[in-house]
Amino acid sequence: MNDASLILAFFLLFNLIGGLIRILRGPTPADSMLAAQLFGTTGVAILTILAKAMKMPALLDVALLFALLAAVVVVAFVVRFWASASDRK
Amino acid sequence: MELTEYLGFGLTLLGMPFFLSGTTGLLRFPDIYTRLHALTKADNVGLGLVTMGAMLQTHSWVTALKLLLIWLLILVTSAISCHLVARAALMRGIRPWQNR
Repeated sequence: MNDASLILAFFLLFNLIGGLIRILRGPTPADSMLAAQLFGTTGVAILTILAKAMKMPALLDVALLFALLAAVVVVAFVVRFWASASDRK
Repeated sequence: MELTEYLGFGLTLLGMPFFLSGTTGLLRFPDIYTRLHALTKADNVGLGLVTMGAMLQTHSWVTALKLLLIWLLILVTSAISCHLVARAALMRGIRPWQNR
């Protein structure tokens, strides 16, 4: 069962790598930042599976931290860098 | 105990197509709004199924609650960032894609 879970984690990892292509192609900076969002969700899913499959419960705390940072990263990008001047308060 | 293990693995497996469709949408959709749509909806369902599967496979309440917290946090995160990015894109004058 744990080996099969590891295969699923690999599958998610390939999804993540596929998402990196969008960084290279994305016409706007926001398209590239979507990859960060992808890292948030898919990375957390990988860590959740690994925590069970490798019997390392500490990885769940790492996943929690990833979820927290994904929020901060995208909000900081939009508010500090990408929002247009008229939108800025 | 065995049964919940298999059920949990089944739920995790069920989440994989959602991640695949999220990544495919991110790569193939035509503009930022449609990409946001693929990424912040499909991936969240996939993550929900993965965390539910992990909750079935664990035996401690603390771990199950932690997994639930992770999922809720990701849900809030993607909702907020999706709206922020889409709003900033509209303010910048990026037109939503239309099929002619």
